[in-house]
Amino acid sequence: MNTYYSANRELYLNQIDLEEIVADLENNFKDQEPTALHSYTQATRWYSLILHNAGDISANFIAPRAAAVDEHGASFANGAVRWAPESQENMDVLAQAGFMGGTLPRQYGGLNLPVTVNTVIIEMVSQADASMMNLFGLQDIGVTIYKFGTREQKDRVLPKFCNGAVSGSMALTEPDAGSDLQAVSLKAIEKEDVWYLDGVKRFITNGCGEISLVLARSEEKSKGAKGLSMYLYERDCDDNAVIRRIEDKHGIHGSPTCEIQFNQAKAELVGKRRFGLIRYVRSLMDGARLAIAAQALGIAQAAYDEAVKYANEREQFDQAIVHFPAVYQMLKQMQVEIETHRLLLYNTAWHVDQMEMLERRAARGEKIRPQVKKATAMSGLLTPLVKFSTAEMANKATYDAVQIHGGCGFMKDFPVERLARDARITNIYEGTSQLQVVAAIGGILTQLLANDWEKLRNMKIVSLTEAKASVVTYVDRYERIVELVKKMGSKPFTDYVGNYLVELTSIIYRLYLFLPVADVHESKRDLFTFFLSESDSRIDYLIRKIENAADVYGDRIDVLKTDLVKA
Amino acid sequence: MKKIIVLAKQVPDTANITGQAMKADGTVNRAALPTVFNPDDLNAMETALRIKDAIRAEVIVITMGPPAAVAILKDALYMGADRVILISDRKFAGADTLATSYVLAEAIKKIGAVDLVLAGRQAIDGDTAQVGPQVAEKIGFNQVTYITDIETITEDYLVVARDGELQTERIKTPFPVLLTITDETNTPRYPNCLNMLKYFRAGTASQLEATLGDITGDNDWETARAHNQVIPVWKAEDLGLDLNRCGIKGSPTRVHKIENITLTGGDLELYNTDPMAIKQLVLDLRKDYAEVNE
Repeated sequence: MNTYYSANRELYLNQIDLEEIVADLENNFKDQEPTALHSYTQATRWYSLILHNAGDISANFIAPRAAAVDEHGASFANGAVRWAPESQENMDVLAQAGFMGGTLPRQYGGLNLPVTVNTVIIEMVSQADASMMNLFGLQDIGVTIYKFGTREQKDRVLPKFCNGAVSGSMALTEPDAGSDLQAVSLKAIEKEDVWYLDGVKRFITNGCGEISLVLARSEEKSKGAKGLSMYLYERDCDDNAVIRRIEDKHGIHGSPTCEIQFNQAKAELVGKRRFGLIRYVRSLMDGARLAIAAQALGIAQAAYDEAVKYANEREQFDQAIVHFPAVYQMLKQMQVEIETHRLLLYNTAWHVDQMEMLERRAARGEKIRPQVKKATAMSGLLTPLVKFSTAEMANKATYDAVQIHGGCGFMKDFPVERLARDARITNIYEGTSQLQVVAAIGGILTQLLANDWEKLRNMKIVSLTEAKASVVTYVDRYERIVELVKKMGSKPFTDYVGNYLVELTSIIYRLYLFLPVADVHESKRDLFTFFLSESDSRIDYLIRKIENAADVYGDRIDVLKTDLVKA
Repeated sequence: MKKIIVLAKQVPDTANITGQAMKADGTVNRAALPTVFNPDDLNAMETALRIKDAIRAEVIVITMGPPAAVAILKDALYMGADRVILISDRKFAGADTLATSYVLAEAIKKIGAVDLVLAGRQAIDGDTAQVGPQVAEKIGFNQVTYITDIETITEDYLVVARDGELQTERIKTPFPVLLTITDETNTPRYPNCLNMLKYFRAGTASQLEATLGDITGDNDWETARAHNQVIPVWKAEDLGLDLNRCGIKGSPTRVHKIENITLTGGDLELYNTDPMAIKQLVLDLRKDYAEVNE
């Protein structure tokens, strides 16, 4: 049977130990009713069934509709947005199968899955149709409501999310507040204990959804992040949020990108006033960034599969083009990038699970503040890191997949053309790659990964001992270059070399994750060897770039913009 | 509340053959074939669930087969069946459609007060399309076969479309009735993840003996039964069957041999019903007959 829950995904997921996390999610397996999970073994059996189900739906229902979704796209007429009919069919099937409330508790009809397992589902759905992630993945809004909403809000809204009756949007961006959300100006006005929203939101994915979480300025005349609060707007309670238009986009045509005009639209405050951006949106965006990394990885996998298929079918000079070194070089690079990013993604998801578990324990009264802080910092580093690295990788992978298809890749007849367009947004939205670098750099400079490097040095490696020695050398060099950037103490310089440093971190961290897997699984040895050889030169290159920038420009890096800035 | 029975069969997955499908003696090599829920039966299952969605109904799925057939009963539970029964006995082995329909009919009678029986049009292993109609005869239900659509669902009647080869027949039928469902009728739903959680540990009593603790925590059969975790198994004696009508004993069919054939039939020709056309038909038939016998 054709399924996207491949042996490869299963192998990498099996590297992740979720036992403690699942025990915490499942009340330590103490619930006695026959429908409760009684052990971790049972949980993994059930997860496996779910993942196979998602792999089946993705491969056999969603994927065959992807071209039609792209062609028809979402449409807008008479003030109403309609999904492509095939997107609606996809959502109906996912809802019927019970996937809409992946990480929401079962009391609301959700599956109560660890983030890690849900991430694999998002990855598979995205492989089938990237634009589906935007509709399906927006259930993250439900998670934010679950974390910060009142009991009444949760009881009212979450069951509707779980059974697929509603879809959602996160309304953050405005015409003058994109990357810089502190500049949000949409007004929230309180009159006789009721809140009203007034203003315009732009580029809102699925802004037509029944439920929107809206970031708005609740504190009149305030400036910056602390005057912003989060609101719950429900279209079926109030119709004063008008969709003005939807965007005509380069890719992800199935996902309607809306401009919304709020005209004194009634809404409810979520959580505490003034915490909108600094607390709730951060949580919302971290979830979305992880989902986009999964989306990017899914797209890359789809592109790789298409490229391998084409390279084997297409014959030139009397042989399939896969035999040409120039072609298999590209394929091999795609393969290793995809697999190592999969490790990075699942590992990041595990860190998010870990953080959420510790948060739940702290909320139950355990005195574990330092652990919570550490875990929050780790997922705060790894989430933008994986989003940056995977989205850039997916763009390269789809670019090469088109290249392997030659002229055919430029035509709409082959899926790679769509995949390349769909990949293009992943390093732009939910924070551009440049912003992910800014978000990740702090944790890199404070050496948050020092623990992992220590683990690496003490790691018991049986077969790949030489390789381990190499990776340890890279880490030594990496730590020195981080020190160098820190010592420079120049913000413009740090920002200038930020992307080099984050890419370097991504490579070395993936080596660290891949080494023990390849040590145990012989089937991964050759791929690891290839990754090591590719990484060696790339690490040199990136370190040299940083060193050269330091040597030549140092804290005078600003001079590079001189002739670019127009008066 | 309506009581609906779905007849399901576990069949070799002929779409995914992994090895030699036939043994040297001409019988099916089951080891080389993974098993699946018979495709048309999934459409029957979907029909039942849609009727359940439209009017109140209980959906009971039964299958006759070896203990391994529990797999498709669990699939049925994942899709949304209310309960399932495995009809399994070594005495049923080797049953043809006659013996099979006898056993299934008796099981339906034992369940009792049934309003609707749904069967797939045919199974992909035997391709006979006989079991549904034979069951209808034996339980004394009206039957409508080759269903392609369920147009109207009410408490009192159904309006269905049936494939009449050259035309579609629309039929309004009261209950009780047996329908055989084709794959045109609907698209079967995927398993539901929460149903999977409810039932992934389910099995027959003998399958569960070792693992019951996994379900209830304290080996409590009553709780397990109450939650549909124990799949009942009906044997010949539970149904009070005439053993001469079961299994190979009750099966007059003998397979002579199995061979690969390619169908080479000619085109279909349509004739009007006026006397001239009939005359032409007779002439054409004679001509064909003469050609064949030349």
